[in-house]
Amino acid sequence: MRGLLKLTWLEIKIFVREPLGVIGAIVIPVAVFVVLGRTLGGDAQPTPSENSFGDVGAPVFAALLILLTAVLSLVTVISIYREGGILKRLRATPLRPYTILTAQVIVKLLLMATTLGVMLLAGRRYYPIVKDVPVVAFTIALLISSVSVLAMGFVIASLVPTARFAQPLGAAILYPMVGLSGLFVPIHAMPPGLQAIAQVLPLTYAVSLLRGIWLGDPWLSHITDIGALLLSTIVCLVVSTKVFRWE
Amino acid sequence: MSDSVIHVNNIRKTYGRTVAIDDVSLEVKRGEIFGLIGPNGAGKTTTLECVEGLRTPDRGRISVLGLDPFRQVRQLQDRIGVQLQAAQLQKRIKVWEAVDLWASLYTRHLNGDELLEQLGLTEKRNAWFMTLSGGQKQRLFIALALINDPELVFLDELTTGLDPQARRAIWDLVRGIRERGKTVFLTTHLMEEAERLCDRVAILDHGRIVDVDTPTRLVRRHCPERTIVLTTDDREADVSFQQLPQVDGVSRTNGDLSIRGRGDDLVTCVIQCLSERHIRVTDFRTINPTLEDVFLRLTGHSIRD
Repeated sequence: MRGLLKLTWLEIKIFVREPLGVIGAIVIPVAVFVVLGRTLGGDAQPTPSENSFGDVGAPVFAALLILLTAVLSLVTVISIYREGGILKRLRATPLRPYTILTAQVIVKLLLMATTLGVMLLAGRRYYPIVKDVPVVAFTIALLISSVSVLAMGFVIASLVPTARFAQPLGAAILYPMVGLSGLFVPIHAMPPGLQAIAQVLPLTYAVSLLRGIWLGDPWLSHITDIGALLLSTIVCLVVSTKVFRWE
Repeated sequence: MSDSVIHVNNIRKTYGRTVAIDDVSLEVKRGEIFGLIGPNGAGKTTTLECVEGLRTPDRGRISVLGLDPFRQVRQLQDRIGVQLQAAQLQKRIKVWEAVDLWASLYTRHLNGDELLEQLGLTEKRNAWFMTLSGGQKQRLFIALALINDPELVFLDELTTGLDPQARRAIWDLVRGIRERGKTVFLTTHLMEEAERLCDRVAILDHGRIVDVDTPTRLVRRHCPERTIVLTTDDREADVSFQQLPQVDGVSRTNGDLSIRGRGDDLVTCVIQCLSERHIRVTDFRTINPTLEDVFLRLTGHSIRD
């Protein structure tokens, strides 16, 4: 436990020491949110029509952007640490293997929380409807989604051959999932083949959950989404204990 | 037996179809510097990592400090110090932060600042890992390997990539570890390093141990021949040396006379002969075989291949 706290704190300090990482993870998502909010969502009334990107698309898209940035960053960090023998060196200490990886997940979650906080502050000014949304519920929904997608990050990290491929390969896997998630095109408007794929991707359920909670749906109406995300988390964790490479 | 801290019995490890190590057995005694030598790809790191508990052999038994490196890996890692081949740390971690983190992971630990002082890293305390030189990085890794005051220290290719000066400084540090009463198990592909540093060495080639002993005894056993080179103008000298029973052959290149023979008496006999026959020499030196020659003889190929 002491090791986990120390390692987490250290990883936060190390993250902050790299300016590019901070810009990519915090500044860019916030800027995208503000721009999208002003151009698409600013004047729109929050009418619950699920096809419209304008009403809830911007906040959900921004949340997804934070999440994807965090996952890509997780995949990259793990690849770099693996390639540099850092994972192996940490594993040759009394630290337990999952502690090493948990520290990385906590760092990413804290990073997301920071970005989300900055985003909400920016939203208050530039994007007035933020005032009326269930911030706490939305944060919890994002946390559930994040854990699920971060777990998928460990599976992706196992597929990445070298650190150079972490960003492009991670993006190549994750971005099509965004396209199929129902955020831009409703699932029922997709060809049956794509619909079937969309049904098994965790991001689809994350989008459905985030959108619903943003619009004020009760938790119970999204029990399927939560169940799917939890199931996906468990599957990804089990798969990664089998395929995860430390070196 | 009881003074051995590592027992390795007939271990084998394969990666797919490649046999990394096969039927490797060895004992490391308390308080010695034991070296595993061999070319790259011989299986040195695999052997070491099996003993450290980082890999599980397919076959065979290992006991380290009385523990099973597979089942009791946490207990073992708490009591050993490890430096891994080609390992890095986070680019932007500071020296003191690494030492502080490592110290927090073990049940007991030394004072980190004192350790940095002993390893000459005090000035680099606040430096990022990425800014350290190769020698400084290795000294930091030695610090991390010693922070828990371990009974047994593993060093894998510690001086690879360092310049000769930094290498010598590291050798002194390793001798210092032994003087603290610790056991050192190291791997190297540098024969000079093994010869200067190790109390005993095991020669590993293609995943098998070829021989184990002190460097001196290995040389004496496998390469008993000696060569004496002397410079003389005396044209008759060749014949005198040829008559000595220990001498196998004499050859002359310009003014240099090479006398090849075997046995520890060779040098004494040649010197005696010089003084009896009043042969005037302007230079005299002996060329002894090294571990490098032993390796060549035992494996049929050079370690650099």
